Amino acid sequence: MSVNDVIMQAMRENGIDFVTTVPCKQLAGVIEKIEQADDMRHVPANREDEGMGLCAGAYMGGAKPAIIMQNTAIGVTINALATLIQFYRMPLPMLISYRGEVGEPVACQVEMAVHTKALLDQLSIPTYHFHNPEDAQETSAILSHCFMARKPVALLMDATFWKGA
Amino acid sequence: MLQRREVVAQINQARGQALMVTGLGSSSYDLHAAGDDDRNFYLWGAMGGAAMTGLGVAMAQPERQVIVLTGDGEMLMGIGGLATIGVQQPDNLSIIVLDNGHYGETGMQASHTQFGVDLPSIARASGLPVSLSVETEADMLQLCGALASQAAGKGGAIFASIKVAAESPERSLPIVDGVEIKNRFRRTLGLNPL
Repeated sequence: MSVNDVIMQAMRENGIDFVTTVPCKQLAGVIEKIEQADDMRHVPANREDEGMGLCAGAYMGGAKPAIIMQNTAIGVTINALATLIQFYRMPLPMLISYRGEVGEPVACQVEMAVHTKALLDQLSIPTYHFHNPEDAQETSAILSHCFMARKPVALLMDATFWKGA
Repeated sequence: MLQRREVVAQINQARGQALMVTGLGSSSYDLHAAGDDDRNFYLWGAMGGAAMTGLGVAMAQPERQVIVLTGDGEMLMGIGGLATIGVQQPDNLSIIVLDNGHYGETGMQASHTQFGVDLPSIARASGLPVSLSVETEADMLQLCGALASQAAGKGGAIFASIKVAAESPERSLPIVDGVEIKNRFRRTLGLNPL
C-alpha cells in the first residue's frame, strides 16, 4: 500500500471526517483522495490559521477534524494553536509536509525547516518525524493518541518519506 | 447611531435555537451582557478566527443556525475567511460584524473601515448571497427578518455589518476558562463534553 493509502486508512480508523487543507505538492496525493472521499468533508483554506479555526469549530460541533499543511506555515499558526486549540484544549492532528529537509530543491524552504522542530517543541506539541515510508504505519496510533490527549499533535513527513508515495 | 449593546440584545432575542461564536473583546462582552448561554462559544484569543470557527461549527452542525458576532478589526484580520465561506456556501451561517471603525480593546485606534473599506461589498464579492449594511433600526428589522428566514432554511449564508457608535460599555466578562466554555457548548449539543 502506498503511504497515501496508509494515511487515508489511518484517518478513517480514527473517524476523521473533516479535513482542511492548504495545498502542498508532497501531500497532493492525500489531498486528492480526501477530496474524493464520500466520508470526509474537505475544506480548502487560504491560510493555515483559517484552517485551525475551521477545525476548532468543527470539533465544537462534533466532527473529528484534521489539518493538512506545510511546515512553512508553523509561524502563521502559533497564535491559533496557543489561544484556540490549546486554550480550549482540543485535539488537532496536523499532517505536515516537512519541506526544507534533504532532497529539497528550494533553498528558501530550508529557512523554516531549521526552525520547525524548535517551534513545535516550544509549543509543547508532541511531534513525530516520518523519514522512511514504513513510518506511515504509526499514523493510526498517533492520531488515536491525539484524540485521547485532546492536544494538537504534529506529524512531520519529509521528502525521503514521500518517495514511498 | 445604533448602540452595540442594544443591537446585540436584539440579535440575542431573535436567535431562536442558534449557536453563537463571538470574536475576542467587546463582541464577547456584548453577547455576555445580553445573556450568558451554554450555546455561546466565546473566543478569548485567536484574533481573526471567529468567522472560520463559525464555519466549522456550521458545517459540523448543518441542522443548526450558527451566528458569528465579531468586530470590524477582528473580521479584517481574517478577511480571507469570507472567500472560504463563499466557496462553502453554508446555508446555516451568519456573520455579523459590529463595525465601530475602531480597535476598541487596544485604545480605540482607527480600523480600515473608517477609510472606506466596505465589508459588505467584500462579502458580496466573495459570493455570500445575503449581504447587508445596517445603519438604522429599520435595517436591524431587516437583518432580524433575514436571520428568521435562515432559521427556516431559506436564503443562504448571511453577512451583515452593523455600524455602531464607538463606545466602550462596561465589560461583561464571560467565563475565562476555555475548557469550561468548550465543555458546556459541546454538552448542549449532546456531545461528550471532553
